[in-house]
Amino acid sequence: MHPAPSVIVFTTLSGLGFGLLFWLGIAMPAVTGWSAFAFFVVAYLLAVGGLISSTFHLGHPERALKAFSQWRSSWLSREGWAAVLALVVMGLYGAGLVFLDQRWSLLGWIGAALSLGTVYTTSMIYGQMKTVPRWKTPLTSALYLSFSLAGGALLAGQVSFALILLPLAAVVQVLWWKRGDTALASSGTNLGTATGLARDGAAVRAFEPPHTGTNFLLREFVYVIGRKHAQKLRMIALGLGFVLPVVLLLLPFTHLFGALAVVSHLAGIAASRWLFFAEAEHVVGLYYGKRAA
Amino acid sequence: MTSLPASTKKKLGLVIDLDTCVGCHACVISCKGWNTENYGAPLSDQDPYGGNPSGTFLNRVHSYEVQPLATSTMPHPAAQLIHFPKSCLHCEDAPCVTVCPTGASYKRVEDGIVLVNESDCIGCGLCAWACPYGAREMDAEEGVMKKCTLCVDRIYNENLPEVDREPACVRTCPAGARHFGDFADPDSNVSRLTAERGGMDLMPEQGTKPVNQYLPPRPKDALDQIDVLAPFLEPVVQEPSGFLGWLDRTLEKI
Repeated sequence: MHPAPSVIVFTTLSGLGFGLLFWLGIAMPAVTGWSAFAFFVVAYLLAVGGLISSTFHLGHPERALKAFSQWRSSWLSREGWAAVLALVVMGLYGAGLVFLDQRWSLLGWIGAALSLGTVYTTSMIYGQMKTVPRWKTPLTSALYLSFSLAGGALLAGQVSFALILLPLAAVVQVLWWKRGDTALASSGTNLGTATGLARDGAAVRAFEPPHTGTNFLLREFVYVIGRKHAQKLRMIALGLGFVLPVVLLLLPFTHLFGALAVVSHLAGIAASRWLFFAEAEHVVGLYYGKRAA
Repeated sequence: MTSLPASTKKKLGLVIDLDTCVGCHACVISCKGWNTENYGAPLSDQDPYGGNPSGTFLNRVHSYEVQPLATSTMPHPAAQLIHFPKSCLHCEDAPCVTVCPTGASYKRVEDGIVLVNESDCIGCGLCAWACPYGAREMDAEEGVMKKCTLCVDRIYNENLPEVDREPACVRTCPAGARHFGDFADPDSNVSRLTAERGGMDLMPEQGTKPVNQYLPPRPKDALDQIDVLAPFLEPVVQEPSGFLGWLDRTLEKI
């Protein structure tokens, strides 16, 4: 799959932003006044910034409001609703904390649930795709949720939780990669089923593509550049995303180390998200002979 | 609504005969022509006469080499070249429809055609992701999703002579490899062809229940001896003679 920068930025930043909103919603940290204001500004910049970035890859962003209409069937539509509801509820809860010095706990818990719900709907957009065997697993939701919770804990300064959740997210990531590497082969979809021509043990080989040039399908679904660096990038993603932040958290606390841990985590998650798309094999590539079948 | 209809009155679709298709790409051209000039946004090209041409097509013809398995009766079977036209299969359980966030994608209750309402399409591309067949292409000029309409603006068009009221690809195919009809009717041309020739689903394991059916290539004839007179002819040269004969014998001795 083509790793569109707008979608990588969106899932990375919004995941972190909604993760932070979750921790703020359950009053960890139990901030009020100006320090609450600072936390909420960071959370909203990340969450809303990510959402705005996601509209950049639309062909017609001016019609984006129509996307709220199909929540009964479409995970993308549900994501839109969940995000707006989470932001509205957490906005009210945050306004109480910042301006009235009031903690409406129930509202906070609802907002926290909606924030995690938003991350879940995002994960299901990918997790539902039968055409991309690497994504079609409940582990994809586990991946998105564990990243969001761990990153949110890190950003919320919940050091003891972060020290548990960061390694946990790393384990989910490794499991997701391990399953993903054999997902296409074990999906049962290959050039034989795609063409129906592998009858009586015949071998099928793509002989000629439909056109000599490239096309939308090849650009969007048959992204292969950079695969050879995948293993190195995985190590970088694990190192920056989880190992370095954990080491920095274990050192005596300074704000510099805290900030470094966040920046390192963000870079690691971005690398992981790039791989999430760049390594994903869409089955349409089979028709073009671009997948080992 | 992007929910799928529980059932459709008709199931309009295509039968594509892989045994007959000669790979001329006439269906590709007629499709592009009709659908550029008629319903919806035109199918644009980018850099069409330059070094890196690319464009939107609703129908593309792949070619595959099929090497049959060697058997005791046929130890060296010849490879076959199969031309493979591919367009939207108008699936009964179309995954492209349910992922659409705006309701722009829908499957018609009356005839089962899967269409895009282009004025509602936000160009998010998710439907193209959900299609295992690569039947949907985002138009780079218009920013909306394009797909086969089964020439919905031809098949019901009373301004056209009756003979032309079928999809452009079917109308133009010089080999008669494409057939259009209603799969819900067991006596239709397409239903009978599918039954007689063992029509198949593409990627059945994806669970999309495609309406379009592909007819597999028939086994090729295996003739033992074409020329009946050949066995009666004497070979022209049995043993090399002269200088070549001497060379042959000398080299044998070494």
